[in-house]
Amino acid sequence: MSRAHDFPAAARAALADAQLRANLRGATHTIRARRAAAVAELPDFEGLREQARRVKDDALDHLDELLARFEAAATAAGAQVHHAADAGAANAFVAAIARDHGVTELVKTKSLATDEIGLDAALAATGVEAVETDLAELIVQLAGDTASHILVPAVHYSRGQVRDLFLRTIARGRELSDDPRELAEVSRVYLRERFLRAGMGVTGANAGVAETGTVCVVENEGNGRMCTTLPSVLVTVMGIEKVVATLDDLALLLRLLPRSATGERMSSYVSLLTGITPGDGPREYHIVLLDNGRRDALADPVGRQALRCIRCSACLNVCPVYTRVGGHAYGSIYPGPIGAILTPQLWGMERHAELPFASSLCGACAEVCPVGIDIPEVLLHLRARAVREQAPAAEKVVYGAAAWAFGAPRRFAAAQKAVRAAERPLARRGLVRRLPGPLAGWTEGRDLRPVARETFREWWARERGSEERPGRCREKPPVREEKAP
Amino acid sequence: MKIALFITCVADTLFPETGIAVVRVLERLGHEVVFPAGQTCCGQMHVNSGYRDDALRLARRFVDVLGRDDGVDAVVSPSSSCVGWVRELLPGVAREAGDERLAADAEALGGRLFELSELLVRRLGVEDVGAAYPRRVTLHPTCHSQRVARIGDAPQRLLAKVKGLELLELPEATECCGFGGTFSIKNAAVSLAMLEDKCRNILATGADVVTAVDPSCLLHIGGGLSRLAPAAPGGPGPAVRAVHLAQILAAEAGA
Repeated sequence: MSRAHDFPAAARAALADAQLRANLRGATHTIRARRAAAVAELPDFEGLREQARRVKDDALDHLDELLARFEAAATAAGAQVHHAADAGAANAFVAAIARDHGVTELVKTKSLATDEIGLDAALAATGVEAVETDLAELIVQLAGDTASHILVPAVHYSRGQVRDLFLRTIARGRELSDDPRELAEVSRVYLRERFLRAGMGVTGANAGVAETGTVCVVENEGNGRMCTTLPSVLVTVMGIEKVVATLDDLALLLRLLPRSATGERMSSYVSLLTGITPGDGPREYHIVLLDNGRRDALADPVGRQALRCIRCSACLNVCPVYTRVGGHAYGSIYPGPIGAILTPQLWGMERHAELPFASSLCGACAEVCPVGIDIPEVLLHLRARAVREQAPAAEKVVYGAAAWAFGAPRRFAAAQKAVRAAERPLARRGLVRRLPGPLAGWTEGRDLRPVARETFREWWARERGSEERPGRCREKPPVREEKAP
Repeated sequence: MKIALFITCVADTLFPETGIAVVRVLERLGHEVVFPAGQTCCGQMHVNSGYRDDALRLARRFVDVLGRDDGVDAVVSPSSSCVGWVRELLPGVAREAGDERLAADAEALGGRLFELSELLVRRLGVEDVGAAYPRRVTLHPTCHSQRVARIGDAPQRLLAKVKGLELLELPEATECCGFGGTFSIKNAAVSLAMLEDKCRNILATGADVVTAVDPSCLLHIGGGLSRLAPAAPGGPGPAVRAVHLAQILAAEAGA
């Protein structure tokens, strides 16, 4: 059950899939270009991002107070608020609501929180079918697959693959091209019927507003609005970190979210759900506030900034690792750079210790984050935790030995000489082409330049005397100097 | 100006010619270069690998050796990544570990610690260092030079003034080469996928030489190029060579 996730192996498998790599590259590069253009339009992205960072940090610093205000306001507006400590509790609430209303089929709008808790499977186990109504989520559901991107869950599919999937499922026996409009039309026809007969709708939340008890849902396909208005019973599953103090705070986040997410100035549908209104929309509205590890993350002074995340996924689209391996390799509903810092904090280092290491620390993620999460900083922080909690003994010995060698210049110089001697039999024409043991990964596709015949410190000692005395070069440096031809 | 050289463990061990080139460029401009021989490693490898206590011990040593007040006006390094760690990240990591003194000492050292191109362009106000290098060159702007040390376009400014040098634009230049320290071994497959794309973009420029301000990235890219674009049998080396910016700046006409 709690087997550790092997990111390097999963990534290697994903890299071997040429179609997957082409799909990922095409989609992520398109979205990242759109995002860059949309953000460049803002006169002061840096200023907005600093404000957003402060709004989210303030909310996290006063989380209990805001949640209490949110609950009071939502309750006053006619909603019912539930608190779920973990996935099991949240799923049980939703299943109970369905059972109470005799619902056997419900419609869902894209919700990471419900993916996180595995709601669809939990409902299926109680005989309730949950139909995903976001096109990408529907694709993933029809394929029996899981999402591979926070915002574009079917990013790993090409149009042709979607057509083939539809021909096997909801468009059997039909003529169908891979024109996106045709594909969308097929799903629209299929979903329309589902919307009309569903007894219950389930959503996630992009934000909750404490002062009004309002839930905000942002989407582009209109399916969210159908889910929140047609069924007589509505349930929102919202992570507790989504709450902000005021509608103004929400407005600020909405200036950043669509631009960062899809490169749009605003999403097509921004729904604000505040309690119930007799004669209009659902007759019952339940809000499940989900912890599921969030309070643990909040207790970490460095790691808690991950909870600022507004799930725009800009970091995924610029990440050189994510854009090559896709979401499944991360073994979590939250992949990419944000997933690498969120997943181990929410659900434990035991299973996810590889994720903080799934990064070259290039920093592209932090550059685009609209709420200023310093992802590389958190990665380093979590790496230290991973090493403290579970580094293999052999690895600790290697790093300990290296630190010892670096601990004094004489030891370091001796180590340089020792490696130079050890490498000699491995070098061919000045390069090491195959390394043994754990270092073999390097020479899998790279040659290694060996230790220089004369290190810099050896050169300096010979040229300039042993100590720090300055002086002019007396002769041409001995090895591999770059010369103008 | 009296300038101390922070060579970095990678350049010291694998790329002595880069360090020699830094010495030659600065001396050519009339500066005095000293090499505090007590230096070893700044601790970046350990902190990036999660070995924070070891990293802070090494950083303490490093700051003691390079931060000594011995009439040095500036400390220079041929690695933006190591400069970035010491100057931009170490104070925060030390503070988080409760070592306020190390944080303060690192900040003091950081105030006079520069990557080479940054020292030349920003601190010394020099763009033309009198170099001649008649080759087609493309520049890989390394991740840490752009996003941690934030040296901006200092390398481009220096390259623009090198006689005979033709600077070719690198497609997808700001994409990481995939090195990432121990990432290159721990996640070798992903690292290699990144490296292959970087090398392909370099080859597409038609350049003879790819340059950068970080020895470790050049170690990585050079190691990839020698596989992807090997020399003809008996030829002089890979079709495109990875050469540190310092060596280009040190090259002189007729040398």
